[in-house]
Amino acid sequence: MNSRKRVLNMRITIQKSEFKKIYNYALLQLPDEACGLIAGYDKEDGSREIRKVYLLTNTDHTNEHFSIDPREQLQAVREMRAEGLKPLGNWHSHPETPSRPSEEDKRLANDPNASYLILSLEEKERPVLNAFHVESVNGDKVVRKEELVIVQEVENG
Amino acid sequence: MKIVVSGEKKEVAENLTVAALIEQEKVETPQYVTVSVNEEFIESGSFADRILHEGDEVEFLYFMGGGK
Repeated sequence: MNSRKRVLNMRITIQKSEFKKIYNYALLQLPDEACGLIAGYDKEDGSREIRKVYLLTNTDHTNEHFSIDPREQLQAVREMRAEGLKPLGNWHSHPETPSRPSEEDKRLANDPNASYLILSLEEKERPVLNAFHVESVNGDKVVRKEELVIVQEVENG
Repeated sequence: MKIVVSGEKKEVAENLTVAALIEQEKVETPQYVTVSVNEEFIESGSFADRILHEGDEVEFLYFMGGGK
């Protein structure tokens, strides 16, 4: 986590290979929700680039909730730092529901600098991945969809 | 004294507590933050009592969870 305020551009890219890692892992974890972290870079224009995804343990082991194992979270953050990457947020799957934050997702989204990625497996062969920014404004959680782009290779810059 | 906070080296006052560091670092929504010092998780009730020492490595981690 970084205590500095994020400059919002709302564009976020993820390499296709990293997207496939999330998708394959989420399929393996069915019927449970799957979860993990995302790491990469904040660019000068405020956009973000996910370079690496982390596939972590859902300690709830259910299809209705997820909690990331805090020890795995800590280890992943330390690995990111060692590789020169920045923690950018997390991802989790919705095995049976659409790719949008549930009320519980919003309630538990408390890092204003994070991007929250949700992979819907409502149609297993047609996964839907979206990214969201969640911020508390006057006690209410305000959700904004980010422009998530799946790229074949790392974009320049 | 020097400590490492979220991967960055920082010069801080002697006898700084975890609670004071949270305030000093302007951690947002600190009530949802888990703190580790040298990979040991600190109980939130101990933040005001836990004194940091030279070379300590501190991480602030938001609880990450949700549901359908």
